[in-house]
Amino acid sequence: MRVTCSVNGEQRHADDVWPGESLLYVLRERLGLPGSKNACEQGECGSCSVFLDGVLVCSCLVAAGQVEGRDVRTVEGLAGPAPDLHPVQRAFLDAGAVQCGFCTPGLVVATVDLLARDPDPTDAEIREALAGNVCRCTGYEAILAAVHLAAARHHDDASLAGEPAAGERA
Amino acid sequence: MDFHRPRSWSEAVATKAAHPDAVAIQGGTDVMVELNFDHRRPDHLLDLTGVAELAEWSSDDGRLRIGAGVTYTRLIAELGHRLPGLAMAARTVGSPQIRNRGTVGGNLGTASPAGDCHPALLAAHAGVEVESVRGAREIAVESFFAGVKRSALAPDELIKAVFLRPPTGPQQFAKIGTRNAMVISVAAFGIALHPDDQHVGTGIGSAAPTPRRAVGAETVLAGELAAADLWTSRGDLPAGLAERFGELVAQSGDPIDDVRGTAAYRLHALRVLARRTLAWAWADYQRAA
Repeated sequence: MRVTCSVNGEQRHADDVWPGESLLYVLRERLGLPGSKNACEQGECGSCSVFLDGVLVCSCLVAAGQVEGRDVRTVEGLAGPAPDLHPVQRAFLDAGAVQCGFCTPGLVVATVDLLARDPDPTDAEIREALAGNVCRCTGYEAILAAVHLAAARHHDDASLAGEPAAGERA
Repeated sequence: MDFHRPRSWSEAVATKAAHPDAVAIQGGTDVMVELNFDHRRPDHLLDLTGVAELAEWSSDDGRLRIGAGVTYTRLIAELGHRLPGLAMAARTVGSPQIRNRGTVGGNLGTASPAGDCHPALLAAHAGVEVESVRGAREIAVESFFAGVKRSALAPDELIKAVFLRPPTGPQQFAKIGTRNAMVISVAAFGIALHPDDQHVGTGIGSAAPTPRRAVGAETVLAGELAAADLWTSRGDLPAGLAERFGELVAQSGDPIDDVRGTAAYRLHALRVLARRTLAWAWADYQRAA
């Protein structure tokens, strides 16, 4: 089947899609967007987190056919063209919250979702919000620091919702 | 594999009648795992996310009617204050990503003995609205579970909604797992006190082939509360009653040893969960006086 949907603001279509394959597979293997990572394929690790119609989901648990006509935003769509970074990405780098980097895209997307809902979360709220994102390197402390750093730097809701503020583009 | 995307409930029911082997998919948090791991290759996938009315809830003749497509996140945010037991269970489901997609309807559709909602639904005496082209019917949730991942749903039927009466007394839920998030419970328990008709509702999870009530414990507790006039006085529970309740709940369990825990541990956990949740519920009841 052909699947047509909006991905990062652009109308895209994928052909010869097996309807039972996941949105994650469509993104990575058919649309050339490998930012969302494929690890557990059962919703346990959060590495494939994307926004579907603005809602944080595991793209491995969305059937390709369910995406028809809908709006997808991936980690690639958070910032402007390289070398621009979303404030959350910048905070992860500055706080040293990235080691092997495999979990980072999912954590960045989940953090963008958290800060859009709660611009100044407590440690407990961060732990709850990121409970579906597994990191095997950092021990999470630096990730908590990165979320706090992003929150402290950006109280501009628009920027946290993903539209880079004018001054942030390189 | 054919992918069906009905735009209305009548179209969905007609599709299910034409393809009784079609697998219904809502949030995909169970079905997609089976597809991703090649555990299942259905000829027909029936996507219900295009049926808008399934994502609605309403008040219906004194009961709340929750469409099968209402996600856990919305249930917690929009109905958490009116359905505390179910909301407590919903908060323990997976992670934000999972709660944003998963639904009570899907939990029932999977009919796992470990489904988090089931103990709360059992304790609250919920009803399940199902429909096929032959007509609609309501199944009491205690009659819904037929075996491990099997339900009373006929091959041509779909789950449409869940009915719950707004509680007249306190509700509690607790589950045990290896950590707080992303965990299939090792044992779970839900309790609801129904002071209006002086009944006690219970639900056991992950400790029997199906979710089930602890009928003996319900009867004894309700009887003891009535005998000591505690439904009215809201006095302290007699010494030993919560422990006895826990013992009776464990007697209704029928667990197995598996990778998540032993049968003996599950029975111990049931005893503790039942005793604790009763103590919490009774304290709630006393505070509400």
